[in-house]
Amino acid sequence: MEWDIVIGIETHVQLKTNSKIFSGASASFGGEPNAHACLVSLAYPGVLPVLNEEAVNCAIRFGLAVDAKIAKKSIFARKNYFYPDLPKGYQISQFELPIVGEGSLSISMGDDNKIVRILRAHLEEDAGKSVHGVEEGKSGIDLNRAGTPLLEIVTEPDMSSAEEAVSYAKKLHELVQWIGICDGNMQEGNFRCDVNVSVKKKGDKQLGTRREIKNLNSFKFIKQAVDYEVNWQIERLEDGGAIKQSTILFDPDSGETREMRSKEEANDYRYFPDPDLLPLEISQEKINVIKAEMYELPNEMKARLIKEFDLSSYDADGITSNIAVANYFEDLLTFNVSAKLASNWILTNLFSRLNELSIDIENCPLKASKLAQLILRIEDKTISNNAAKKVFDEIWNQEKSVDDVIEKLGLKQISNVNEIENILNQVLQDNEAMVEEYKSGKDKAFNALIGQVMKASKGKANPGQVSQLLKEKLKN
Amino acid sequence: MEKLSLRELSEGLKARKFSSVELTQFFLDRLEKYNLSINAFISIDKDKSLAMASRSDAIIKDGKQDYLTGIPIAQKDIFCAEGWKTTCGSKMLDNFISPYDATVIRKFNEISAVNLGKTNMDEFAMGSSNETSYYGNVKNPWNIKNVPGGSSGGSAAAVAAMLAPAATATDTGGSIRQPASLCGLTGLKPTYGLVSRYGMIAFASSLDQAGPMCHSAEDCAAMLNVMSGHDSKDSTSIEREKENYLNGIKDPIKGLKIGIPKEFFSEGLDPNVEKIIEQGINEYKKLGAEIVDISLPNNHLSIPVYYVIAPAEASSNLSRYDGVRYGYRTKEYDDLMDMYCKTREEGFGDEVKRRIMIGTYVLSAGYYDAYYLKAQKIRRLISEDFSKAFKKCDVILGPSAPSVAFPIGDKKEDPLKMYMQDVYTISTNLAGLPGLSMPAGLINNLPVGMQLIGNYFSEAKLLNIANVFQMNTDWHRLSPKGFE
Repeated sequence: MEWDIVIGIETHVQLKTNSKIFSGASASFGGEPNAHACLVSLAYPGVLPVLNEEAVNCAIRFGLAVDAKIAKKSIFARKNYFYPDLPKGYQISQFELPIVGEGSLSISMGDDNKIVRILRAHLEEDAGKSVHGVEEGKSGIDLNRAGTPLLEIVTEPDMSSAEEAVSYAKKLHELVQWIGICDGNMQEGNFRCDVNVSVKKKGDKQLGTRREIKNLNSFKFIKQAVDYEVNWQIERLEDGGAIKQSTILFDPDSGETREMRSKEEANDYRYFPDPDLLPLEISQEKINVIKAEMYELPNEMKARLIKEFDLSSYDADGITSNIAVANYFEDLLTFNVSAKLASNWILTNLFSRLNELSIDIENCPLKASKLAQLILRIEDKTISNNAAKKVFDEIWNQEKSVDDVIEKLGLKQISNVNEIENILNQVLQDNEAMVEEYKSGKDKAFNALIGQVMKASKGKANPGQVSQLLKEKLKN
Repeated sequence: MEKLSLRELSEGLKARKFSSVELTQFFLDRLEKYNLSINAFISIDKDKSLAMASRSDAIIKDGKQDYLTGIPIAQKDIFCAEGWKTTCGSKMLDNFISPYDATVIRKFNEISAVNLGKTNMDEFAMGSSNETSYYGNVKNPWNIKNVPGGSSGGSAAAVAAMLAPAATATDTGGSIRQPASLCGLTGLKPTYGLVSRYGMIAFASSLDQAGPMCHSAEDCAAMLNVMSGHDSKDSTSIEREKENYLNGIKDPIKGLKIGIPKEFFSEGLDPNVEKIIEQGINEYKKLGAEIVDISLPNNHLSIPVYYVIAPAEASSNLSRYDGVRYGYRTKEYDDLMDMYCKTREEGFGDEVKRRIMIGTYVLSAGYYDAYYLKAQKIRRLISEDFSKAFKKCDVILGPSAPSVAFPIGDKKEDPLKMYMQDVYTISTNLAGLPGLSMPAGLINNLPVGMQLIGNYFSEAKLLNIANVFQMNTDWHRLSPKGFE
């Protein structure tokens, strides 16, 4: 039987603010347990939440980036349940009226684009964590993370494969970093996905029962977990079984999913509007100010690169794949290098070197200013593209200047017509057989001749000029 | 000295008739002598109070005296005060020493008023008789067999017995006005948002409001001058220019339109109380006020609405008392759930548990719409009743409570009867309006309170109207026997 896979994703994005969402305590990661636990984090008697305006601004930025409606009025609600890492006995979240309404995100699947609809995004506070094994038979509570701001982004069930789910997650991950609302550190849990998976008979209108895979914090795990879960559900249904709505966990060690709790065991969270916080009202003026301060979004930049610099869609995607790459590219352009060459160098030589060394472009030892010097030398024909690769190796992580390296390695290109003509004449004389071949129609011989010229010039002859001159000569 | 008003005490300090240390010692001595018989205080710390007093004396010496500088004030034990045991009347917080000051406490500290001690109260402010306190019931100084009212019964009894010149209190459904009524005091519940709730242990966040409890409207004005004001730590606190409530407190009230809601004079009101309120109305007529009949048609719904909304919020507010981080934790337990259950079973009293149960129920899936949401809708109707009424009158007048102080134990076993104590006060909390209770007479030597309800932020007006009454009557000057 053939099956349709239906996937929706809820992502918890930790917002990059200095302080927590409802208190002045530091929102930074780690530290001694409870070093960032103020009286509000500890839920002391009598303390009250005060909303961090910066978290609101982050949510607005996200809403604008996915073309969503920003709610003029949204409400904070209490989600009530008991757990030691939840000091108040309730989490402040948004339930009925979230700050960000319906929007969308476009993901690339090969050559195709697919729209994933965003249902909503709401602000909430994170919980702390339990620390086990500190003392025999006891658990510790670390409330450093309690109250750090989260934006929970919920999609419609628009994805239909593990690949699409991963592609969405990656796109979202890039976007939230692009607009500066999240540092994207997945190891620290700053970007975690709950993935809802269901299957249905191909073509069925009615959705199947879903199971929610909680807390996936790597793209690899999303892929593995969804693949495993889809197979599990299909096998079960094909064996005549039924799917029970439930929350499940993915175990990266076994690569399997297992049930955490079923719907019947789910809490009744007794949501109600938090009386300690007034409804959050956002004016159009505020939205306008934030909009004006926002960078160009990835898709806007992509369109511009194609239009303004004639980059291919593929290259434009590469440059706008994340904000650091885009910034590096923009830095290169400030040195008046050609956009096409800049894009080529980033996407080929720079990327492959970064990959080899497993480092991020943020930590690239070769600064844009220096790479720009190298590209300029290609543009002004001082060196060939091939010679430039040698220079690239030399300047990668050293203080040397581009011109010194070119000089030292003797890579300066010969662009003097007379000089090239002399070499060319000599080569034609020495390779009469090849000339004959060419004239009898073997085009290959042309390239062989160029090769001979390059060899004779020790690679320094400007290949373009060689080609042009050779063509002229052979016409006669 | 125990009968001096705050103004007289302030002038006495300024004229060096006595020092703050002497004044504080005087009241600490009275506390030692009388507190045992009325149980008005949970925590007394002589050394702390006297240290504050001596600091106040230095400030007075420097000529930087404020109205209440150096004057000992009793603080309801609902306000967190740094270094003080802050229990909220509960076993749950019996071992809780607050590491911080509530904004109200901070404001008193900033002008160097003296914290005389923490007053007894119904557990988590849930009660109308002060019988739910873990620290035992407070007795009414007018008759120690009777209740002082609640939940601010300790503050009321302390001021009534002249163990403190003035006290802070809080009012969620009548917890300032009803005990003020039963103890012969003037008490003011301000407009919701006028006084910061930061550091005031929450019962029902959308209803809780702190205010003063004193012998007179003038004293209340002086106290409110300190307590009120915007606080960035409380998102529901309102930003508006600070008023001086003593300004205009003696202004004539000729032409004032007083609205009498017929619903406040129906079944359930003690006829003797009604008589006294009528005398009060006549007094206002003599003072030039015009009396108009008004109606608050939804007032009868205020108790049922309150007992949905307040427990709903309380059930959530009290979740933090779980034995994990501070406060009471049961001695022996098998696992986490067992620890939660036993801690809360043992740490909370019956009335608190009853309200947590009600609140949890009305917020549950399937009941939310029928109870909580419906209650919120009716709450709006109750507010609208008031806004309609204030088109016809400047202020609303009626009884503060349906009866005088009743005997201890009389209503303890019947929560519904107890809840009726707040039938005239709850609607103002639901609407967020200010309300004031002041003594208007005695029945069998027990005080009767008369309530004034004003429009939003009309505290200055209410205090003025009450003060003019007190300039012309002596009910507020009466004090119970046996505390001289």
